[in-house]
Amino acid sequence: MTTKLFGEPVRRREDARLIVGRGRYLDDIGAHALAAAFVRSPHAHARITDIDVEGALDVDGLVAIYTYEDLTGPMAEPLPVLIPHPQLHAPRTGYPLANGEVNHVGEPVVMVVATDRYVAEDAAERIVVRYEELPVVVGVDAARSGEHAVHEEIPDNVAARHHQETGDVEAALAASARTLSFTQYIERSACMPLEGKGVHARWDPADASLRVYSSTQASTSVRAAIAAKLELSLEDVEVIAPDVGGGFGVKIVHPWPEELLVPMAAIKLGQEVKWAEDRREHFIGSAHERQQRQEITVGFDDDGRITALDVHAWHDNGAYTPYGIIVPIVTATQLVGPYAIPVYRVVVESVYTNTVIVTPYRGAGRPQGCYAMERTMDRIADLLDLDRAEVRRRNLIQADQFPYDHHLTFQDGRPVIYDSGDYPGLLAKLEALVDWPGIEARRAEAASRGKLLGAGMAMYVEGTGPGPYEGGHVQVLGSGKVLVATGLTSQGQGHETSFAQIVASELGVPIEDVEVTTGDTRRFPYAVGTFASRAAVMSGNAIALAARGVREKALRIAAEVLEASPDDLEIEDGVIGVRGTPGASIPLRTVAVLSNPLRYAFDEAAKQATQFARGSDDSKPPVTPGDAPGLEHRDYYSPIRSTFASGAHAAVVEIDPATWEIDVVSYAVVHDCGNVVNPMIVEGQVHGGVAQGVAGALYERMAYDADGQLQNASFMDFLMPYASEIPDVVIDHQQTPSPLNPLGIKGAGEAGVIPGTAAIASAIEDATGRRIAAMPISPTELYDVMRSPDHERTAAAGRRAGVGA
Amino acid sequence: MKPAPFRYADPGSLDEALDVLVAEGAGAKVLAGGQSLIPLLSMRLAAPATLVDINRVPDLDTVEATGDGVRVGALVRHVGLLHDAAAARVQPLLARATANVAHPAIRNRGTTVGSIAHADPSGEMTAVLALTGGSVTVATPSGRSTVGWRDLFVGPLETSVHGPAIVVDAFFPALPPRSGTAFAEISRRKGDYAVCGAGVVVTLSENGTVSAVRASYLSVGLVPEVYDLTDAVNGQAADSADWAAAGELARTLVDPDGDLHASADYRRLLVGVLTERTLAEAAAEAVLRSAA
Repeated sequence: MTTKLFGEPVRRREDARLIVGRGRYLDDIGAHALAAAFVRSPHAHARITDIDVEGALDVDGLVAIYTYEDLTGPMAEPLPVLIPHPQLHAPRTGYPLANGEVNHVGEPVVMVVATDRYVAEDAAERIVVRYEELPVVVGVDAARSGEHAVHEEIPDNVAARHHQETGDVEAALAASARTLSFTQYIERSACMPLEGKGVHARWDPADASLRVYSSTQASTSVRAAIAAKLELSLEDVEVIAPDVGGGFGVKIVHPWPEELLVPMAAIKLGQEVKWAEDRREHFIGSAHERQQRQEITVGFDDDGRITALDVHAWHDNGAYTPYGIIVPIVTATQLVGPYAIPVYRVVVESVYTNTVIVTPYRGAGRPQGCYAMERTMDRIADLLDLDRAEVRRRNLIQADQFPYDHHLTFQDGRPVIYDSGDYPGLLAKLEALVDWPGIEARRAEAASRGKLLGAGMAMYVEGTGPGPYEGGHVQVLGSGKVLVATGLTSQGQGHETSFAQIVASELGVPIEDVEVTTGDTRRFPYAVGTFASRAAVMSGNAIALAARGVREKALRIAAEVLEASPDDLEIEDGVIGVRGTPGASIPLRTVAVLSNPLRYAFDEAAKQATQFARGSDDSKPPVTPGDAPGLEHRDYYSPIRSTFASGAHAAVVEIDPATWEIDVVSYAVVHDCGNVVNPMIVEGQVHGGVAQGVAGALYERMAYDADGQLQNASFMDFLMPYASEIPDVVIDHQQTPSPLNPLGIKGAGEAGVIPGTAAIASAIEDATGRRIAAMPISPTELYDVMRSPDHERTAAAGRRAGVGA
Repeated sequence: MKPAPFRYADPGSLDEALDVLVAEGAGAKVLAGGQSLIPLLSMRLAAPATLVDINRVPDLDTVEATGDGVRVGALVRHVGLLHDAAAARVQPLLARATANVAHPAIRNRGTTVGSIAHADPSGEMTAVLALTGGSVTVATPSGRSTVGWRDLFVGPLETSVHGPAIVVDAFFPALPPRSGTAFAEISRRKGDYAVCGAGVVVTLSENGTVSAVRASYLSVGLVPEVYDLTDAVNGQAADSADWAAAGELARTLVDPDGDLHASADYRRLLVGVLTERTLAEAAAEAVLRSAA
């Protein structure tokens, strides 16, 4: 196949459109729509005693005001628990508009609709909501103390107690030559896409149908939720994700209150209504992730081989649990990483706090799990005076141990069985890439410049591409255009390019002829969504299967015309030819025309397919039984279980011992996502992930005060790093194809973010000789660590100083 | 994040602008580059009844560098001052500090005088006005007056300029002979408001020893302040003065607050470090300029 684009670094075809401002984002739609604005709770925990809208009524341009009292039927019920789980024993969700109680700052209480957003905010400002404040719970430690309850009827604040174990951990620990126990923390950050959420809804009263645009990662499920909540028939609702300016997980949650309220208002008012989330709303009204307290006990032998691992974590799930316990499950099951852990027990208690809800943010629990496991490795190495790479090497699952069954249950309800990988290979490549043996020389060189240099590493395994399924539709038009549709959505990942590469390769057509549509329920109504590094695995394979179906049909039709066997045909550059017989050929577009027997010649090409133009077999109907008109095929890919990508990162930091500024001077990534569709796109995904990893390690946190007020709800104080803060990243690839799917690919979207916190914590610890057990860490905090006489020092620091053992 | 309603005026002359301010009274606010004001409006932290946009007012966009100093008009953008070679020769602190103001997009739009009138103690140019002993010219319907920096800065985001008045320029006195300057800041992200910043001036005596050391800091204290650190190094040779001692002295003089990004103690630490580092650099420059 000469049109072999699979695996090539094809430039992203969507970028030219996006970077010159021709993107069509949510707020580009409906310039004259009515605008919604929300009155949101200023309190973290309070009872609503009164809502007085009187002052807003004389605002010119006000159209409507809605409170909980105006919600009827399913809209008056709590929002759905999207992913129920038997261990989620006390799920709670909010209402589209607060029903008498608010549980975090930012919870929507009143919706105002007006002629434009300015007027809507003017009116919202005049609405007076009276509250009776209740005690506030902030942070995992406050939640687990149970001194105050977020939800009155859940006094211990525990939503779920997720528990998995693979053997008798107590006995295994008791039998271990050595054990160590420690506690560590990791803080909240957030997805923070540059485009916030947003919804535009248009009701067609004549057709009694609703079209909704939403900046979502799951348009098909948003559609189903809207239909259910607004009591509409599914076929009367269409949901389209237009260009979406980043998601990173927050837009997989649905239906957001606004995704229901805006369509509700559009129907009630008979007018287009739009809401585009602003940055402050996004900080306090969407979702965060990552805060956990982790208590870890590990048993190991004198060589550093782990014999047992016992983890008890507390996970801050915020005020509600709409996304179930996916993040705790992912932490629990992905924690073990690339290591063979003979006996493992994990308990993650998911606790309520009076803060913004916690749902998956790129990595989705894995950065926390990786932090737990990798810092454990570092501590074992420190205790035994072993090289940190060596301790990891001794515990790795070997390349001949696949499929490797961890005897755990993953987030898709399926077993955690690693399909393929080569973890010793990753580690060897990483050591070479970052010159791990050369770190001591670099440390000395940095010391001569007055800087403290340290290195850290972290490895991970990432379950990607979970089911249940995705589908693809491929259709060749008489013009030669190849239309491709899949139901999952795009948020900038380059799907237009990757999916086109797959189809061009499978079908043998120029990539320029391939047009890809994602996230439009009119084009493909069955889909799950874009999350868990699954788009390439799921839709990529479904689209490949659909393209293969088209290819098979095209060859069958062409074989009749060319009077050849389909086995002797090939498609190259959009032309089907007989292998080894120049001239015996037919363009694919002609086959597309012929595939649809016609009565009417609506254009020149169509003439070929009309009833008097075609010599046909009078003994058979024009469309053979079991066949269908048109050159198109729809197919689905549903995996038996997730496929497991893997990688290893190393960070080298330099610290200024005068100012305690931390500079990441080298960052190395070895990455294995099986067969690669487009290495340029994969590297871009890794770069973006690393940026968010560095962000979570050194810059970003959600600074809640004890009253549940978010102190840094703006880009001035929430330190999302700029390009200037992100190190250059060097990448090496390893490819262990997945045996589970036709294309042999594994997901790549989240990988880059996972080991950042673990690797950078390790590097800072290595540089300073002080135990780093709370991340992220800022210079002012590192200063406190360094000047505290009681702060734990590492054994390595003692050895380096020539004291200690 | 949409501003509350306001009226908008864009007068074509200074007199007209003052007339509008008189007519609109206390609810009027002057708009120049808008780099601080517009976000405040959008977040509804400020809701003036009228914005008086002075961008059409003529003759406010000039930088005049003379032997006495540099006069910067109210519509001069940071980027204009940054690239003004004559101004940099007369008072090198101007370009040095301006280079630290935020990002290029903000420097292209924001004005030097606007940032001074905004009186943010984290601002670069407020500290430089103080350190150079500068002043501003305030135009009112009754005429113009000069207000020295110490009288200008009253509190965080608060100046002594009230009523119908426009700050039409800022004047930064020239660097004295045998002097050198340096400016440095530490921020969490490049271009952010400094966690701590320092501008310094070192002046040498005719025999090349240190005779005067002054420093001003960013994000330290409620209003810009100038600290005389001469005592720590007075009379010492410029190339071997005990700058660490000056840093130590500075740490004892300042009284910073803590916030999300830095504890008070950490800021005090940085005051010492930045003082020591900038003074060494400024002294080296003073040596060079003395020789020239």
